[in-house]
Amino acid sequence: MGLKQHKGGWIITCSFIFGFMLAIMPLPVWAHAWRPDWVMMILIYWCLALPERIGVSTGWIIGIVHDVLIDALLGQHAIIFCVIAYVSVKLHRQVRLFSVWQQAVAVFGVVTLSQLLWMWIRSIFGHPQIFGFFIFPAFTSMLLWPWLFIILRDLRRSFHVS
Amino acid sequence: MNSSILEGRTQTVRVIIFVLVSIMLMIADDRLKYLKIVRTHLLTLVYPIQYVVNLPMEWGQWVSKSAQQRLHLLEDYEELRQENLYLQVTLQKFEDLKSENDRLRRLLGTSVKMGERVKIAEILAVDLEPAKHKILINKGKHDGVFIQQPVIDANGIMGQVIQVGLFSSIVMLITDPEHELPVQVVRTGLRTVAKGMGMVNRLSLLYLSNTGVNTGIKIGDLIVSSGDGQKFPKGYPVGTIIEVTPDIGQPYAQVHALPRAALERNREVLLLWKQRITKN
Repeated sequence: MGLKQHKGGWIITCSFIFGFMLAIMPLPVWAHAWRPDWVMMILIYWCLALPERIGVSTGWIIGIVHDVLIDALLGQHAIIFCVIAYVSVKLHRQVRLFSVWQQAVAVFGVVTLSQLLWMWIRSIFGHPQIFGFFIFPAFTSMLLWPWLFIILRDLRRSFHVS
Repeated sequence: MNSSILEGRTQTVRVIIFVLVSIMLMIADDRLKYLKIVRTHLLTLVYPIQYVVNLPMEWGQWVSKSAQQRLHLLEDYEELRQENLYLQVTLQKFEDLKSENDRLRRLLGTSVKMGERVKIAEILAVDLEPAKHKILINKGKHDGVFIQQPVIDANGIMGQVIQVGLFSSIVMLITDPEHELPVQVVRTGLRTVAKGMGMVNRLSLLYLSNTGVNTGIKIGDLIVSSGDGQKFPKGYPVGTIIEVTPDIGQPYAQVHALPRAALERNREVLLLWKQRITKN
């Protein structure tokens, strides 16, 4: 497998960097709860598109970077991202057959699950979680998934990322 | 087919390993201090991303500054000039008080006094973890910033540094639910601890007994840092008491304060360094 030539790694890197920027972009206070989980969506896309290249390890590294970026507990995003990457790679054959909106619903479920897991982790480590807005990011992620999917697919095709 | 099954199996093994490593990392990050050095390097690595996100905000400010009308600038100038005059008058008095204080200290026989050195840092317009009260500033280890360093603004104490990168650091505000600050009521000298409540602009004062409330504290009192715990310098304003509720059902009264520092509105903060001034 290692002998196969991969192309367009910089497109993948750039997409993740762009996702990180969106994840820490300042928003008005009321919009905080609605911020979609950009990085996770981008990770899911690449796992579905290039499962032999992007997988558990990439997810974990991306998660660690995300943790440092927003000063969360180290490993908090990493644990979820590698599990999400694992599930996406495992199911990529089935999910690829879905229509874009069906995929969006799957993304909704995944993001909700991840938010619940984060709340759980945070409360284990004694950071009280006051708000119950965990469903909001899942909702915005679902609405934005089709557009993100189209943009990333076009990017992948025009730059021949493989 | 066989190789793809093998591939699937290695993925499963890998995900289990990564999950275990993440759990260990989280525990280590929460309980141990060794990871601070690792985080310093990691924070330095991600600084470019945070810097770029902050750029549009900086440009916006620059544009609005350069587009400001001459008249406004003149008004500002006049205002600042007057303020400066007023501050200088206050400072004259301060010098007098300082020398008197020094004299009294000599009489008492204490020779060591703490002075402070400050440096201005800018807050980067970056959103950190939600539901946490933290800010990112553009000074780091390179500028001599250290963990647990006090951060203030023109009106009072803002918080302390909790993570240091080479060129940036993260400051926990005093309103964060994990932050506790030893304070003292100026009027009566009553000592207590100001804890963040996770709410914007609200502090809770701990361990004030219901009976103590009658004598030691009332609405409108100024609280300052007491210098206990050696992290924060003594005598910097922290907040004003806005609510005192004796609670008979509880051992302690509920006392709330409003922070003095403009925690959510600042662009610039001051980093404090203690300086040991020895006088003979």
